[in-house]
Amino acid sequence: MSESTMRVTLKVWRQAGPGQAGRFATYTASDVSPDMSFLEMLDVVNEGLTERGESPIAFDHDCREGICGACGMMINGVAHGPMQATTTCQLHMRSFRDGDTITLEPWRAQAFPVIRDLCVDRGALDRIVQAGGFVSVNTGSARDGNAIPIAKTAADAAMDAAACIGCGACVAACPNGSASLFTGAKIAHLGELPQGQPERGRRALSMVTQMDLEHFGGCTLFGECQVACPKAISIDVIARMNRDYWMATLFEREGVATGGDA
Amino acid sequence: MKLDAGIPGGPLQDKWDRHRFEMKLVNPANKRKYHVLVVGSGLAGASAAATLSELGYQVSNFCFQDSPRRAHSIAAQGGINAAKNYQNDGDSIRRLFYDTIKGGDFRAREANVFRLAQVSVQIIDQCVAQGVPFAREYGGLLANRSFGGAQVSRTFYARGQTGQQLLLGAYQALEKEVSRGGVRMYPRTEMLDLIVVDGHARGIVVRDLVTGTVSTHLGHAVVLATGGYGNVFYLSTNAKGSNATAIWRAHRKGAAFANPCFTQIHPTCIPQSGHYQSKLTLMSESLRNDGRVWVPKVANDRRAPGSIPEAERDYYLERKYPSFGNLSPRDIASRAAKEVCDEGRGVGPGGLGVYLDFADAIRRVGEDRIRERYGNLFEMYERITAENPYATPMRIYPAVHYTMGGLWVDYNLMSTIPGLHVVGEANFSDHGANRLGASALMQGLADGYFVLPATIGHYLATAQLPAIGEDHPEVAFAREGVADRLQRLLNVRGKRTVQSFHRELGALMWNDCGMARTADGLRRALTRIPELRQEFWKNVTVPGSGNELNQSLEHAGRVADFLELAELMCLDALHREESCGGHFRSEHQTPDGEARRDDTNFAYVAAWEHTGSNTPPVLHREPLVFETVQLATRSYK
Repeated sequence: MSESTMRVTLKVWRQAGPGQAGRFATYTASDVSPDMSFLEMLDVVNEGLTERGESPIAFDHDCREGICGACGMMINGVAHGPMQATTTCQLHMRSFRDGDTITLEPWRAQAFPVIRDLCVDRGALDRIVQAGGFVSVNTGSARDGNAIPIAKTAADAAMDAAACIGCGACVAACPNGSASLFTGAKIAHLGELPQGQPERGRRALSMVTQMDLEHFGGCTLFGECQVACPKAISIDVIARMNRDYWMATLFEREGVATGGDA
Repeated sequence: MKLDAGIPGGPLQDKWDRHRFEMKLVNPANKRKYHVLVVGSGLAGASAAATLSELGYQVSNFCFQDSPRRAHSIAAQGGINAAKNYQNDGDSIRRLFYDTIKGGDFRAREANVFRLAQVSVQIIDQCVAQGVPFAREYGGLLANRSFGGAQVSRTFYARGQTGQQLLLGAYQALEKEVSRGGVRMYPRTEMLDLIVVDGHARGIVVRDLVTGTVSTHLGHAVVLATGGYGNVFYLSTNAKGSNATAIWRAHRKGAAFANPCFTQIHPTCIPQSGHYQSKLTLMSESLRNDGRVWVPKVANDRRAPGSIPEAERDYYLERKYPSFGNLSPRDIASRAAKEVCDEGRGVGPGGLGVYLDFADAIRRVGEDRIRERYGNLFEMYERITAENPYATPMRIYPAVHYTMGGLWVDYNLMSTIPGLHVVGEANFSDHGANRLGASALMQGLADGYFVLPATIGHYLATAQLPAIGEDHPEVAFAREGVADRLQRLLNVRGKRTVQSFHRELGALMWNDCGMARTADGLRRALTRIPELRQEFWKNVTVPGSGNELNQSLEHAGRVADFLELAELMCLDALHREESCGGHFRSEHQTPDGEARRDDTNFAYVAAWEHTGSNTPPVLHREPLVFETVQLATRSYK
């Protein structure tokens, strides 16, 4: 617990709506406690703006415990800011120093149009899941849970990939704006498990196709995504996606499915 | 208003089976003619929407978040209960049923809870089939852990992210149905009113949170899966967006609100660090499998935890409740923490905290095993507090976590408005006055995957629902009402922010309607809340306009509703002259400080009917009849 407070200068991307011109605005946050979360610091700035009759900074957030994936912004050019494996909401002001200037921008990617200020539209990620990120099993048709033994190592590997929170930091960090870490994580999660096998080839074909349709860039294995990922998902999942995809192009007999309107 | 729970006859274990046979079915070819509106996309909403679509109904699903995957079920950490008895430790459907009834301090309906326990086993099977990566033993079988209020190990889990993995399973099922064309998804869309035509719920009024457009959606039935109202306390473990607006608007349109004062204070949360605090973070109850809760034996002991010798520590849960120890139910563990803090024995800033210590467990099984079990929770703790819980005990304090109260529903999960169904935390039905750990996920998925999809068919097959259009007077009236209210919020142009009103309401509710309630405190709150509400409508400031993404306007509407709901909670708490579960009235306690229930006068569900903005609500009582369970003093000693 720290007693001293700090003062930081914020340069924040302000944009009134989609397709409108944006600009950086400068604000000062004083009396910042190092124990504040980054978003609590923004709350205080927004309170001040509201009291002065100005429009507060719009940013997405919800659970504020690092799991819903709603929050996320570029902080000094780094997705989710300086602390590794940490979402913006779990970042605390003790990661900054008194007198710092902090630049805040929304996720920058062609597939994520800006809605307002720091909010972007990440609907493309849902459409990638719609294309095949599931096991087609209707409610009521399942057999006993223990009838499918799964090696602990496989369950653990599936869980490592399934930890993805869909925040989009991987896309924002990627020089190509690729969603390969996101897509690969789902393909790896389901592909590790016996339940995912029947649709494995079709899933890879459909999800990768949808990713391309959504104007995400291609993956050239920079690896920026795994550094930015708040859940520390490894780019091994991309290797897995590529393997499943190429195997499917050789052996898959059925056509691909796609998500909703791109 | 008539409350008829519609509990089927016959022995408890046969009721659900019998009911499923007796309900009318909708023929497969006719299902596509029915349109169901599902509001909310958490465990209950997503599972209901997906399952209804699989059955062939047309479904529209609405959520205020930018994606259905972000609903707050995602944050549930510890696990989900099911009566599988995989551990061969004496579990059964009857035991899960009994534990849940007893855990709820005998204020839940037997028939609903028994059905929940029956369905629990199917939930695990369904989730496994979807690819939910539950924890496994080396032999490949499902692993279990223990949770509070149970002496068997029946909790299934996926590390500390069980809610996330179950929600992603439901979300993926939902997206599967979206791509098949069965579900139309409306993200960033908030329900602001219910449309009732000829006494039946027929639609909703929504606001598109990006463009601000207010529009209506019509259908044959409405399902509310909008979660609980813990954010009435401002600080809670709920997500910032969690709100009561959908259920509160439905209440104002005629849906009875049951047991609003039954709120759950979770014993293990990270204590508040400052006045700017925006939410409280839960540390999963599963930590109490290995962590030991203690405070110094004497008041105002300021020594570091490591310098306090064993003999000078009070492991108060183990001392007071030897048979359940650190795994005592939440209401009991929370109150015990408050008690020791009130005695001046609390630790950390302000003395509002107790230790949760893993030193013994680390000595017993090693740091690696502890890291494997709770690694992500320990990391989260360290990120927030900058303290390393492997080396120094965690500091925890109770925080508002869950609301057992909610809209009254019958056995079919239908509210007092025909056609309006309520699932998950938004209804009141299964947890009585206190919910056991790992039972919220179970109930959300039981309602959404298995109960509602069966019962809603009966309603659709039997109700007379003539076609209505956008031009129907009730539809236009509801839409205009919403638009007017939004404009009124924008027009106040006062001096105080929405946030400051919310904070003040929260502090007031925590002090007077929190862990310990008194008649005096509740009366004080009942005077203060209407004043605060009046000031809100005179002095709130909401910048911007209604035709754009305006987060202040969203928040303002939700706080306006909390300001009404808070009053009903206090009224309910004042009228219930007993202590039960999470509702502790200081006037009603035993000499050793335990809750004193009054089964003679209060063994009922309190269902409140809204009668108008300026007239008091009317109380209706649904007596709780226990055919199987013997009402007993709840003891965990």
